[in-house]
Amino acid sequence: MDFPRILTGNWEVPDVHRIAVARTRGTYSRLPKALGMAPSEITALVKDSGLRGRGGAGFPTGVKWGFVPPAEKRGGKAVYLLCNADESEPGTFKDRYLMWCDPHLLIEGMIIASRALDCHLGYIYIRGEFRYIARRLDEALAEAYAAGLLGKNIQGSGHHFDLYVHVGAGAYICGEETALISSLEGERGQPKLKPPFPAVEGAWRSPTIVNNVETLAVVPWLIENGAAAYKAIGTEKSPGTKLFSVSGHVRRPGVYEVPLGIPMTQFIEEQCGGLLPGRTLKAVIPGGSSVPVMTPDEVAKCSMDYESISQNAGSYLGSGGFIVMDDTTDLVEALTNLLRFYAHESCGQCTPCREGCGWMYQILCRVRDGDANVQDLATLRDLADNIHSKTICFFGASAAMPVQSFLTKFRSEFLDRVQGRGAGAA
Amino acid sequence: MSHSAPNAVSRGPREWSAEQNAEIVAILARYPTKKAAIMPVLWMAQDAWEWIDLDIMRLIARTLDLPPSHVHAVASFYTMFKKAPTHRYHIQICHTLSCALVGAEKIVAHIERRLECDEHGNSKDGLFTLLRVECLASCGSAPMAQINEHFYERLTPEVVDQVIDALRAGTKLQEPRPEADQWIFPVS
Ligand SMILES: Cc1cc2nc3c(=O)[nH]c(=O)nc-3n(C[C@H](O)[C@H](O)[C@H](O)COP(=O)(O)O)c2cc1C
Ligand code: SF4
Ligand code: FES
Repeated sequence: MDFPRILTGNWEVPDVHRIAVARTRGTYSRLPKALGMAPSEITALVKDSGLRGRGGAGFPTGVKWGFVPPAEKRGGKAVYLLCNADESEPGTFKDRYLMWCDPHLLIEGMIIASRALDCHLGYIYIRGEFRYIARRLDEALAEAYAAGLLGKNIQGSGHHFDLYVHVGAGAYICGEETALISSLEGERGQPKLKPPFPAVEGAWRSPTIVNNVETLAVVPWLIENGAAAYKAIGTEKSPGTKLFSVSGHVRRPGVYEVPLGIPMTQFIEEQCGGLLPGRTLKAVIPGGSSVPVMTPDEVAKCSMDYESISQNAGSYLGSGGFIVMDDTTDLVEALTNLLRFYAHESCGQCTPCREGCGWMYQILCRVRDGDANVQDLATLRDLADNIHSKTICFFGASAAMPVQSFLTKFRSEFLDRVQGRGAGAA
Repeated sequence: MSHSAPNAVSRGPREWSAEQNAEIVAILARYPTKKAAIMPVLWMAQDAWEWIDLDIMRLIARTLDLPPSHVHAVASFYTMFKKAPTHRYHIQICHTLSCALVGAEKIVAHIERRLECDEHGNSKDGLFTLLRVECLASCGSAPMAQINEHFYERLTPEVVDQVIDALRAGTKLQEPRPEADQWIFPVS
């Protein structure tokens, strides 16, 4: 498998987090070209490349950038660029390595994005547990300022851009873009109803683009190599490479960059090193804890891209948090574990989410402990169906989808645990 | 059984040092509004004074021209702003799915036994506070725990014992970083 390593190409280079080393690898070499382009040209290039947001929703990046109203319609308002480095979706850990290994690539991507968006102020919103990475980013930013790559009149282009790190303090929900904005503004990190979408009215009620770390880190490569080269990698609708964070029961968990569209079985065998000796596959969660679970049959049919996973398994590629579970896994226990997470992290604004997540968790605890009946499973299903799409933000659906999919796809495991059936029967 | 918890008595009103005041000026320059400085200023205060008490919240409110109730609302929303002191080493162990799949519960039980923790996670020797937390984005090198800022990954009972012994013997925590600049973790 031959493909350019767009995101991880520098990770093995010692000290590439220092600007002098980063520059020997071509980082910041794309800036003169980008700063010479018209902002609309950059956005058009990103649109043509087909790059889709890597934070979870997979929304086309260039299209999102295009939603920012033009200067004459902004009434003098600023545009803000926020890098979402909250990385809190269980099973996801790629951004952490990208920022630690190659912070200058992200900074270069943000400078180019700022040019495209006519933006002069940006922040990297990083989760509080990553303060040590925030310090590395701060060092990298200081180096970039000293080299005239940030601040006023960057490389004589007339473009200015200030970029700072903003450190969160332990709240999963701040990864949701409107909550992230609230948090940055100095509020409690609670999501807001959309519309208005941040691109139109976001931070300080100004147009704001929120992009994931990985998304922004692709941009310099696009400038250098063009949209067609990017589209040549991956599939037609899912172009490019993607980082996958692999955890659970495989021989080589870790972060892998692969072209989108490779067969999932091949990915598990080749990149992840296969399952542990003597084990068989039971289930995969392909895109972070919030997406529907997949059965081994679905895994066999799917490839690693947005369309295949949704068409063949009714699930999502999401953030690329790939959790593998083998035949030793108790799936009732696994789902209970996930619902504890959602019950704990609900921000509490919407009744269906606040009450429903806690309620689903309690029912699951009873199912796990053999203390529930078939009616409880129906209630569980009903709760999940009534949370999905009835809340301010997508968190509600994120908690509902695991429940709906586990109950549908692995129904017998749950039936075996409730009273009147199998192991749960007294 | 309950061991002595770190002392949460009021520490009295506070004022910023000259250095802190300079830092606040630098923070304010980074944001379009004063309110946005609240999280960085809370972090700065916690770094200096270990945890955030009501007097500190009042000081921040005065500094940023905010109602004290707002500072309280924000500080209480975010779990990493400590509203009470913890012991010197704050062990946050992840128990979310990826860690649970590879034995996080076994590690939790081992730590609880080794440290003779009470129901609040305080160790008998008064050196550690153990807390279960949700995913810390180290799922590939699970099970894992964060001790103060440092990530300890691929934990086994043996690794846990070594770390606890070293900390008890007064060894300083290493500089936090992802394990040895490595991002693939073969299982032996
Ligand atoms: C509950 C919830 C949590 C989220 N957490 C993250 C996160 O940790 N990191 C991230 O990049 N996006 C996260 N997102 C998605 C963001 O809202 C947003 O779509 C994304 O940052 C946009 O960037 P992209 O277009 O580059 O993917 C989350 C969404 C929801 C609903
Ligand atoms: S869905 Fe849940 S997390 Fe999202 S705003 Fe409502 S209560 Fe908060
Ligand atoms: S599940 Fe433990 S670090 Fe992600």
